[in-house]
Amino acid sequence: MSFSRRDFLKSSAAASAAAAMGMVVPTGLQAAAKEAESGWRWDKAACRFCGTGCGIMMATKNGKIVAVKGDPAAPVNRGLNCIKGYFNAKIMYGADRLTQPLLRVNAKGEFDKHGNFAPVSWKRAYDEMEKHIRIALKASGPEGVGVFASGQHTIMEGYAAQKMMKAGFRSNAIDPNARHCMASAVVGFYQTFGIDEPSGCYDDIELTDTVVSWGSNMAEMHPILWSRVTDRKLTHPDRVKIVSIQTYTHRTSDLADIEIIFTPNTDLALWNYVAREIVYNHPEAIDWDFVKKHIIFATGPVNIGYGLRRAGEKSITPVRTDGSAGKYSAKEMIAINKEMNKKVSTTEGPALEPYGYKAGDTMHNTAGTLDHWEISFEEYKRSLAPYTLDYVAKIAKGNPDESIDAFKKKLQALAALYIEKDRKVVSFWTMGMNQHTRGSWDNTLAYNVHFLLNKQAKPGSGAFSLTGQPSACGTAREVGVFTHRLPADLMVANPAHRKIAEKKWMIPEDTLNGVGVQDIMRIHRDIEDGLIKFAWVNVCNPYQDTASATHWIKAAREMDNFIVTSDGYPGISAKVSDLILPAAMIYEKWGAYGNAERRTQHWRQQVLPVGDAMSDTWQWVELSKRFTVKDLWGAYAPSGPRKTALPDVIAKAKAMGYSENTTMYEILFANKIAKSYKLDQKDPIQKGYDNSEGYGDKRNVVGTDGKVFGGYGFFIQKYLFEEYASFGRGHGHDLAPFDVYHKVRGLKWPVVDGKETPWRFNVKYDPYAAKAAKGTNNEFAFYGMIAKELPHGDLSGIKDKTKKALTNKAKIFARPYMDPPEMPDAEYDTWLCTGRVLEHWHSGTMTMRVPELYRAVPEALCYMHPKDAKDKGLTQGGLCWIESRRGKVKARVETRGRNRPSRGLVFVPWFDERVFINKVTLDQACPMSKQVDHKKCAVKIYKA
Amino acid sequence: MAKLWNNYRYLILRRIVQISLLVLYFGGNAWGWKILRGDLSASKMFNMIPMSDPYAVLQMLAAGAVISADLLLGAAIATLFYMLIGGRAFCSWVCPINMVTDAASYARRVLQIDNIKGTRQPASRNIRYWVLILSLVVSAIMGLAAFEFISPISMVVRGLVFGLGFGWAAVVVIFLFDLLVLKNGWCGHVCPLGGFYSLIGKFSFIRVHHNEANCTACMKCKVVCPESQVLYMVGKESLPVLSGECTNCARCIEVCDDDALGFSIKSLIKK
Amino acid sequence: MEKEQGSDRRKFILDMARGVGIAALGGFVWSAFIDEAKASQLLLRPPGALKENDFLRTCIKCGLCVEACPYDTLMLARPGDHRPLGTPFFLPRDVPCYMCPDIPCVPVCPSGALDKKSVSTEGHLNIKSAQMGLAVVDQESCIAFWGIQCDACYRACPILGEAITIEYSKNERTGKHAFMVPIVHSGACTGCGLCEHACVTQKASIHILPREVAMGKAGNHYIKGWDKKDEKRLENAKEIKTTTEISKKSAVDSLNSGMKDLY
Repeated sequence: MSFSRRDFLKSSAAASAAAAMGMVVPTGLQAAAKEAESGWRWDKAACRFCGTGCGIMMATKNGKIVAVKGDPAAPVNRGLNCIKGYFNAKIMYGADRLTQPLLRVNAKGEFDKHGNFAPVSWKRAYDEMEKHIRIALKASGPEGVGVFASGQHTIMEGYAAQKMMKAGFRSNAIDPNARHCMASAVVGFYQTFGIDEPSGCYDDIELTDTVVSWGSNMAEMHPILWSRVTDRKLTHPDRVKIVSIQTYTHRTSDLADIEIIFTPNTDLALWNYVAREIVYNHPEAIDWDFVKKHIIFATGPVNIGYGLRRAGEKSITPVRTDGSAGKYSAKEMIAINKEMNKKVSTTEGPALEPYGYKAGDTMHNTAGTLDHWEISFEEYKRSLAPYTLDYVAKIAKGNPDESIDAFKKKLQALAALYIEKDRKVVSFWTMGMNQHTRGSWDNTLAYNVHFLLNKQAKPGSGAFSLTGQPSACGTAREVGVFTHRLPADLMVANPAHRKIAEKKWMIPEDTLNGVGVQDIMRIHRDIEDGLIKFAWVNVCNPYQDTASATHWIKAAREMDNFIVTSDGYPGISAKVSDLILPAAMIYEKWGAYGNAERRTQHWRQQVLPVGDAMSDTWQWVELSKRFTVKDLWGAYAPSGPRKTALPDVIAKAKAMGYSENTTMYEILFANKIAKSYKLDQKDPIQKGYDNSEGYGDKRNVVGTDGKVFGGYGFFIQKYLFEEYASFGRGHGHDLAPFDVYHKVRGLKWPVVDGKETPWRFNVKYDPYAAKAAKGTNNEFAFYGMIAKELPHGDLSGIKDKTKKALTNKAKIFARPYMDPPEMPDAEYDTWLCTGRVLEHWHSGTMTMRVPELYRAVPEALCYMHPKDAKDKGLTQGGLCWIESRRGKVKARVETRGRNRPSRGLVFVPWFDERVFINKVTLDQACPMSKQVDHKKCAVKIYKA
Repeated sequence: MAKLWNNYRYLILRRIVQISLLVLYFGGNAWGWKILRGDLSASKMFNMIPMSDPYAVLQMLAAGAVISADLLLGAAIATLFYMLIGGRAFCSWVCPINMVTDAASYARRVLQIDNIKGTRQPASRNIRYWVLILSLVVSAIMGLAAFEFISPISMVVRGLVFGLGFGWAAVVVIFLFDLLVLKNGWCGHVCPLGGFYSLIGKFSFIRVHHNEANCTACMKCKVVCPESQVLYMVGKESLPVLSGECTNCARCIEVCDDDALGFSIKSLIKK
Repeated sequence: MEKEQGSDRRKFILDMARGVGIAALGGFVWSAFIDEAKASQLLLRPPGALKENDFLRTCIKCGLCVEACPYDTLMLARPGDHRPLGTPFFLPRDVPCYMCPDIPCVPVCPSGALDKKSVSTEGHLNIKSAQMGLAVVDQESCIAFWGIQCDACYRACPILGEAITIEYSKNERTGKHAFMVPIVHSGACTGCGLCEHACVTQKASIHILPREVAMGKAGNHYIKGWDKKDEKRLENAKEIKTTTEISKKSAVDSLNSGMKDLY
């Protein structure tokens, strides 16, 4: 028994010697280790959180996820994660996970809008849903049924939701929270390229010389990408320059060579300043060969309003003498009134002069429009004339304590970096440029600069719109889960596109509704106006994440409607709902996400859902069983935004072999093609994995028909994916086959001949560009098909209505600087900017339930300048009220640390439902993209 | 009812004072009341008047600490105060341990422990002066206020104001000690703070006065008195109780049915 | 009579001896207990606390600092806490010091155990000059050293960029990411513990230790040649005399110690 230290040293030396000679020393310990290892299973998946799209591996043990690791094979993150990714294993097992349907009931157990939540069966839940959908259809037609969809929907879920909504209910009132996140980027892509999503990819980071972050705190919001930027900077510290252009100092500035703090909204002027430097002062920098071959110049109307409610809308009628209107107070109406008319300010006056306005003029706004027309280069040049260094420095300098000369020097340095010949430049942005009352303009302005210099769609160069959500690209945009879209860039408004979808979906011609304008903000407003009577929240938290929140919550709680929320946890949206459905969370279902660099990534169902939770796909498919041809495909009178009737297509349906009583389930989800996707435990992709939708599972969940759910009997997720993918294949959106994604670490579409595309529109890398440029020696082809025929005009309007084709060309837009509708004044003297922190994801429903993340950042703070705090009598750590014309919240004052605003601006993150900052923000939006601007409004701060 | 009041009026008042002090301290910590903050070691009244435990300050001096003006002033105020109203008034009117030892003493009487044959008081009441000296010596050696480190009084007061921990054990130990080991053991024999206040109490103005003329020598007073040696004159002579060890608890006055005991102001002229 | 007197004197001496003996025994036990109780060195004191020995000497255990703390950071050690009884301390993993600019816990201290001067610069309270402790990173369990993009401690630091900075280095394993690891600077770190509180690992990988425990000390016999400020240490430099095992004896003694071991 005596085993001396010396003996130990001897024996371990022998063991290591044996190991060194390659001998296997079998020990009991090794055997035991192996046995233990067989108790868990590693499988690949994608991170639940941001748009970066890191690959991870999940360890499953006894039917539960127990651990996570970064996937070393994943090209994005090579085995690393940020701290949110680090906690992927913990997000599904919060103590208050929703496990049963919950309905508001009275003492007798009947549904009662003012009752308390009580558990009900899936059947009871669906009976209520069905009943209220029928009520809504009867009252308002398809436009009365709305869905809050998500950039966190899996591809299959988003596709199932949109198919049932658009083909089944014939309603386009489905729009994702991604509207709040990158709609402006999409308009930018459509208007500039004619096709959605970035031309470049993350590899640009390793190839570039310059990273310019425009209004994006990449260090906190895209940490893994920021780590790559940092590595790039370390590789060539002298050559590589980092520029941080922000409205307040934050983590991203830490690494920056130049930090530019600008006044909110003046990024428009900054971009135009850089363009003016090129066009006026460095014309030699313009790559005329490229510009002439590939670019045309364009502009659009500037009097497009601010995406606020327009005069005559039900909830702001009648207008009363005290200035209040309908459900809005006089204070609230101050900003809203600018939607119709506004006085041109002295700040924006010079910028608007080329467009025919000057300071003091009244601008009569029309509703936002995507219309635009071609102009000459001279006209474009004229539009840039106002953006002199003096003018831009004067309106854009965001730090009152900085000298104007120092600021000017920075602007010059910024322009010089862009202009420098042979310097590769990547411009990154996210919410700062997208959540912007002129977000669509801002996005196009980014491409202008890159195009003039021929620094776009090239390795290491390009303007690159980052996304915030894990599948804003993959689901919301590519699947087209927007009110106006169909899969693969098809448009609801385009009859030819509708026909394509109708054919693919095997539904009668003219079934699809051609009016798709009920964006997410409009859905809230339509509920407030009483048009939408039924709304369903999927994988998002629209009652926390939307500006002017009080109105939407009041509408949901106090009006005659029925709100359903499917969620994993009880957030604000669940709380204001009438019915809550327990949703399976990410790794409890088969799924796929698409990240910001067009990379599609799939995963298998790792574990069974908790409690009676079921996936959103299942929830949609179950709903489809409740409605038949007769129920949904009759005629509908004009309703809401739709001014024409929807035709009766029942006869056509019968001609296709359907009966009046065929359910939507049979047509849309369990059709012949769907059933050809077999469940097969011999299939290496499926082998050993659960499929709760396909087989049912051992929980024996009692389904919506009151019987134990035994599965659909086919591989529904693969069916949904493949059918969706068939829309884009051959049209520049090619996705690889389902099975391939289970063997690789994601692929960047278009995937042509099994190969992904790193740089689109570049003939060298993009087979579609090569095809489009065939027969020329062009290096680029901007082959997108949307808005590729334009009339001609000048900055003030269209002069020649004949449309000219712009095949394979991209556009440079003349867009002016304009003020947002609400700016600080004497009473509300401070800018409020909202956003996120690294530790928490969006509204915090998941991350606030991870103890470590909760402890790290337990509450949202009001970050402000110490002098502002002092002037307002506030103390560090003390409480303050943040009050706007819409509402107020209480938060703790933070004058130091990670976010350091200049005087005159405060930053409050929105993750914390107890610091409900969206009660304060304004539902202004880019009128073109309808993306709400949560980044700026005027507030006053005072001691609480 | 009147009899009840007559027999217990001081006891009730003492309990009210003891408990309200604790409540005020507790409120100071829990709800930010400003009447009395801190604890019996040192406190502030109305955020202004400092008070501190002179014995603790003495120990700190022995330990070689630099004493702040605040503490000195506080200690001076407390000292003067107790010099005026009777040094050991602290023990019976303020110190919460008094409630514990009174309870033990009461239990002893109910259980008639003193009547058990062979029980005798095995210790001298002078131990407390020894402990007092010892505490100053240990303070000097260890470089910190030694008794404050182990004082069950502070432990309990702090415990009630800031969180008790195992502080309740001190209460139990003292109770059992007084009940089973030594009558009036803690307050009457061991506690150096009591010893300290006994010394200060020599100068007190407020005194219990014995009027022999009314005395029927029933000795009820000596039964309830926690420091019965100070009542040596009962039934013998009309004298004020001059010993500093008297706590001015006034139990003797209450139990006396013959009006032979009462409070008086010490005459400066006499003696 | 004389005998009686003698026996009285003997009794008195015996009593005295007994008393002294008991007192000595009691004092010994008492001292031992105190010694044990104050041996706990890993305590974090409120801002402005005197050096531990002086602090223990001076603190009167009134809890006024505890009452003044708006965050419930400070506690008084309770029996069973295994800490010097009644003295204020904090556990940053539970509740860190939020570094209030007006340092409410210090001015209320009646005893001077919390010294206003030590947390003031130029007569004004300055919490940044507090020295409650020092953050120490365990590089093995800190996930930033694994390459994870964390820096939760850095972002939580009220004086980030001074007390904690991020050191960037290339991650050669992935070839395209950077390590961003937290580095604590003892000159600026106050030991507030917001970093320890924020740390996302199961047990904090950055934790606060009393400065005396956490910090080493380079001798005053060597001054950084590249840092003018370092010369300040010269003020403390003393006359040097060294003794090692080999130099214990005087030169003569060792020279005369024989040749036995030489040949």
